[in-house]
Amino acid sequence: MSWFEKLHETFIATGHYKLILGGFKNTIIITLGALLIGVVIGSVIAIAKYFSEGVPSMKIVEVICDVYVTVIRGIPVVVLLLIFYFIVMTGADGIPVAILTFGINSGAYMAEVVRSGINAVDKGQMEAGRSLGMSKMQAMRKIVFPQAIRNILPAIGNEMIALLKETSVAGYVAVVDLTRAGNLVRNNTFDAINPLMLVALVYLILVVGLTRLLKVFERKLARSDKRN
Amino acid sequence: MKTAKEKLITVTGLEKQFGGVPVLCGIDVEIDRGDVICVIGPSGSGKSTFLRCLNLLEKPNGGSIVFEGDELTDKKTDVNRHRQKMGMVFQQFNLFPHMTVLENLTCAPVMLKKFTKDEAEEKAMTLLARVGLADRAASYPNQLSGGQKQRVAIVRALCMEPDVMLFDEPTSALDPEMVGEVLDVMKELAESGMTMVVVTHEMGFAREVSNRVIFLDEGVIAEEGTPAEVFGDPKSERLKSFLSKVL
Repeated sequence: MSWFEKLHETFIATGHYKLILGGFKNTIIITLGALLIGVVIGSVIAIAKYFSEGVPSMKIVEVICDVYVTVIRGIPVVVLLLIFYFIVMTGADGIPVAILTFGINSGAYMAEVVRSGINAVDKGQMEAGRSLGMSKMQAMRKIVFPQAIRNILPAIGNEMIALLKETSVAGYVAVVDLTRAGNLVRNNTFDAINPLMLVALVYLILVVGLTRLLKVFERKLARSDKRN
Repeated sequence: MKTAKEKLITVTGLEKQFGGVPVLCGIDVEIDRGDVICVIGPSGSGKSTFLRCLNLLEKPNGGSIVFEGDELTDKKTDVNRHRQKMGMVFQQFNLFPHMTVLENLTCAPVMLKKFTKDEAEEKAMTLLARVGLADRAASYPNQLSGGQKQRVAIVRALCMEPDVMLFDEPTSALDPEMVGEVLDVMKELAESGMTMVVVTHEMGFAREVSNRVIFLDEGVIAEEGTPAEVFGDPKSERLKSFLSKVL
């Protein structure tokens, strides 16, 4: 049997391509959903920390943020996933659980990334905004935060790539993601090489694509840095 | 061409420490509408700190600042509202690098609902034309020279229609050949009747444009008076030695 016949048998004749496609779709959904949650949580935590630093009455906010980051970063994401699926959200579908878990996990890393981005913006920017009469929050939203995001875009891209690959453990909680789909095909067809290589190739292409996309984005945002 | 004197800012007993180190040790100043006051002094004398206390970018540790009848150091005072009336120009320009020149100018007035977008843009363009930068409205700050940046920064503050302009060493970060263009704008502004407090090392500007010069040394006002008095007939030894070094 030639390689093409083998491919045909493993993926097409047995209808397994649908499984792979479904898994691909789930991986994308989980990654994008988690990324969104991660960026929001990360930004909220970073900004909350920025505002609470050195303000005695806001000490509690600072403590909550620190505990969140410490706890989440200290637990493997698979364990977190199992805890959410079997203890916190019992009865919920695997996909929402996965989105939330990966999002919460990513948020802890994102918080540090966003915070470093905010700290890298010159202090004069906040002062200039305040001197025009903006509140701290207005100056943050309109002046500091957009610049912070630009600073950390490469780091967010890295986090996105890490997140995409991390979602491959979603199979632990009955989600058929790309990895699980490939493994199921392997199991059903007794063909290990082709399904697993395909899965690996798809991840690789996604990561390369993301990297490219990010470069384009960065160039667009760097427009204002260019001189005549 | 001042008519009846109208008090704009009254500073009494202003004190500021940084980590226990005293920087300002009881400053008393009265600023009338239309005054152009230059603050001079050796580095570390507290000039910039004094200026930054006026709009509460630094929180004073003691004393009072009354601006247009309101006590700024009072916790109940809405500082943001008062800051709209106090334009500030920084040594390092602090333009917003992610916005075009026009967006830099209209961002605050529109956000704070002082003007509609159209009004703000019209006003910004008029002011830009006055400082000779109308053709740079669509540029980004990084495409401008230092002198152009600082002129834009002055216009940005003016777009809020402030009652007083605070200048924190506006020409210190500029290449020498660009100092003139910024001082010209400031001079024109002073002639238009704007109240100005200028921390500067430009003694020529202080002598020519200001109506009062304050010499700060070690956190206190060591001497003050008209430019003629301060530059022509310095009383204290400290001022004499300072002037001998900078003139």
